[in-house]
Amino acid sequence: MSVTAAPALPFGAALAAARPGEPSWLAALRAAARERFVAVGLPTTRDEEWRFTPVAPLGKLEIGLPAAPGTLRPEALAPHDFDPAWPRIVVVDGRFEQALSRLPDSAAGIRVLPLSRAIAEGVPEVEKHLAKTVAPEATPFSALNAAAFTDGLLVVVPKGADPGQPIQFLHVATDASADALLAPRLLVVVGEGARATITESYLSLTTQRHVTTTVAELVVGRNATVEHIRVQRETDAAWHVGFTAVDQARDSHYRSFALSMGAHLARHNLHAHLSDENIETLLYGLSLTRGEQVSDTHSAIHHDHPNCNSWEVYKGVLDDRSRVVFNGKVLVDPIAQKTDAKQTNRNLLLSEDARVDTKPQLEIFADDVRCTHGATIGKLNEQQRYYLQSRGIAGAQAEQLLVWAFAAEVMTEILQPTVRKALEADVHARLGEMTG
Amino acid sequence: MSSSVEQLVNREYKYGFITDIEAESAPPGLSEETVRFISAKKQEPEWLLEWRLKAYRRWLEMTEPHWPNVTYTPVDYQAITYYSAPKTAKPLGSLDEVDPKLLETYEKLGIPLSEQKLLAGVAVDAIFDSVSVGTTFKETLAKAGVIFCSFGEAVREHPELVRKYLGSVVPANDNFFAALNSAVFSDGSFVFVPKGVQCPMELSTYFRINAANTGQFERTLIVAEEGASVSYLEGCTAPKRDENQLHAAVVELVALDDARIKYSTVQNWYAGDDEGKGGIYNFVTKRGKAAHRAKISWTQVETGSAITWKYPSVILQGDDSVGEFYSVAVTNGRQQADTGTKMIHLGRNSRSTIVSKGISAGQGQNSYRGLVQIMPNAEGSRNYTQCDSMLIGNRCGAHTFPYIDVRNSTSDVEHEASTSKIGEDQIFYCKARGLNTEHAISVIVNGFCKEVFRELPMEFAVEAQKLLGVSLEGSVG
Repeated sequence: MSVTAAPALPFGAALAAARPGEPSWLAALRAAARERFVAVGLPTTRDEEWRFTPVAPLGKLEIGLPAAPGTLRPEALAPHDFDPAWPRIVVVDGRFEQALSRLPDSAAGIRVLPLSRAIAEGVPEVEKHLAKTVAPEATPFSALNAAAFTDGLLVVVPKGADPGQPIQFLHVATDASADALLAPRLLVVVGEGARATITESYLSLTTQRHVTTTVAELVVGRNATVEHIRVQRETDAAWHVGFTAVDQARDSHYRSFALSMGAHLARHNLHAHLSDENIETLLYGLSLTRGEQVSDTHSAIHHDHPNCNSWEVYKGVLDDRSRVVFNGKVLVDPIAQKTDAKQTNRNLLLSEDARVDTKPQLEIFADDVRCTHGATIGKLNEQQRYYLQSRGIAGAQAEQLLVWAFAAEVMTEILQPTVRKALEADVHARLGEMTG
Repeated sequence: MSSSVEQLVNREYKYGFITDIEAESAPPGLSEETVRFISAKKQEPEWLLEWRLKAYRRWLEMTEPHWPNVTYTPVDYQAITYYSAPKTAKPLGSLDEVDPKLLETYEKLGIPLSEQKLLAGVAVDAIFDSVSVGTTFKETLAKAGVIFCSFGEAVREHPELVRKYLGSVVPANDNFFAALNSAVFSDGSFVFVPKGVQCPMELSTYFRINAANTGQFERTLIVAEEGASVSYLEGCTAPKRDENQLHAAVVELVALDDARIKYSTVQNWYAGDDEGKGGIYNFVTKRGKAAHRAKISWTQVETGSAITWKYPSVILQGDDSVGEFYSVAVTNGRQQADTGTKMIHLGRNSRSTIVSKGISAGQGQNSYRGLVQIMPNAEGSRNYTQCDSMLIGNRCGAHTFPYIDVRNSTSDVEHEASTSKIGEDQIFYCKARGLNTEHAISVIVNGFCKEVFRELPMEFAVEAQKLLGVSLEGSVG
């Protein structure tokens, strides 16, 4: 299958790349996604969904494929390794890196594999679930990812199993990724009554511009429990567009935490589908922006069965001329009685020139529900500052303490203690830079 | 519950009657000729005709907006009659000269003009279709220096004021419906309160849409000069029709330094039958501009219309200016409402408050859509938004689309929203104390809306509570 990429087509090189040896279902999926992307093109700020997030300039950039990966010393990744004992899949410049990864034994039927290998081995869950939770048509970037993804992570935890340790996914961009498109993809399938903790990290060991389009799909079975931690700290020159979607079965629990502190422009779509009764969905997030950074979160929580709870808290701390965009949609179908949904977006502005666009949105079709949302945008409270000053804590120190208190409310929602400690240190350090 | 929701849907429209008066109408359709016809009919000066024609030409280039969360059969703009005046309309000296048939119509609506005069200091400028037919209390107002007259009269008597302020808040090309209104507006109200004057009474207008297939395009302009204040009330009912009637009004408020304008609306137009047939399309542009230390307050109770599309807004241009929006919107049957407000903060220390209460019953769809925008120079600004929705039955929907855009760090914005059903335990509590279910609902819903009702002038608050009671009759079994 070949496509004649017109020079004007954004990401033409990545879309035209040959992918020999892939199964026919995947080739067909890619072809359809490619067609879709070519048809819809990049969104503009005239599209409601992208109104505050200008991604159209990407179309004017010459974005190609990553060069041959350079050698990466394992020490370079050490600061981003939550625990050296935990399994780890490392993808460098879009390619799985065996030498840097730690694959666990497939005990109790638990599979942790690079996605490329899972496809080659014909792991049945891949064909069954890939591109089902995040359809290629969902956004132009989900189409782009489906057409062009190179590698990623597959996790399958069968019924009743518990891997015991968190599974780490680390995506690294190096100098070889300069002006290249990186398209990783994650698929996590957690069976009935099983448990899993997944960490998903994006980082740059370069200051060169690169474009990352990523998709993570999570299928959470009945009575399963999943904690998902996503960290985006790419270089300030990068463009990052991510899509996370979770499909939850009856009695399941899903808890996610997303930290966004990198990239020139970062967009994260987070969709939760509560497709049966008695489901709990907890979504937490923190965006730290400075300089000219834009961090955009678009969440959509779809209640289509009764008796489910969803809880969402997203916070932003902004400095300089940076921007935070938040759009939170809670959709409650007529059948979804007894829904309890709460959504909160709070933003703290540290600079005169920072800007927040927030739109918490409720669409309710059932009457016996409790749905609330709240949004606040403000600066540090002068009274609190004064209080601290009167107790001998003044200036930058007081400011740091107050900003940290603001961020800590969501940080404490990370249940995995090692991950929480590590991220708290990172956030603390960044806030120190922002308030110092 | 569903059977009672049906009852509610089946309720008769109380005000559905047609007055049989020969109307002098323009032929249906819209063209430059229609615009010229309207302007000529109203003996307008050349500049106003030019203004209309400019708006019409811009309208031709615009497309109808489809972003509101409503669906309706498209409007055929060429099938509408853009001008209709009761033939009896001519300048009248007193109420006694008003056509008895018209007076009878008002009687049915519950606003007898003859009695109105005796009521507590309310001047009524009643609009019947498009031409003003009776004005009371003019003398008292004139003594205070307040100008309160029909728009047409204002164009004749105070052209310099109209010319100065017309389109200064809502430009002729502001949006599709505002442009349409600017081209074909037929009449409306004009209020001018000079510097330092407190308007001695509440001003009020009743709008009615009468002749079939007549779009009504009022234009209201209220100007309060430095330090002046005025409270304006607007109430609407329309008789029953089978075909949808388009209503595209424009309201402009100008509050100069230290002025205060309070604008209250009770809207109870025909909402269509249980099939969603008929009913008014209410596509309205309302906006005020507040200068330094000025205050503009919108209060609305929206219980009628098949489709409501309106966002009374305030441009907080001056330092320390204040904007308020209090709204109750009820949708039942197949009504759809997409309403809310925009608060644009430009001045330093400007403040705005938004309290919106949406009630959905039957198959009604109720959307709150709002924008709070704080521009970089609006230092120390403050917004508080509360929007609550109540659902009665599970075939209705409540939606919120609040846009919040903050561009400086010294401002504080708070937004809270909730959606809930009418509390079973609250109903039970009331019933235990001897109220029947219907009465209990009425009490609870009125309590839910209290924050808004208390912003209404007294006589409107009473009307609003009654309206709400009628609208929700038998909604819970």
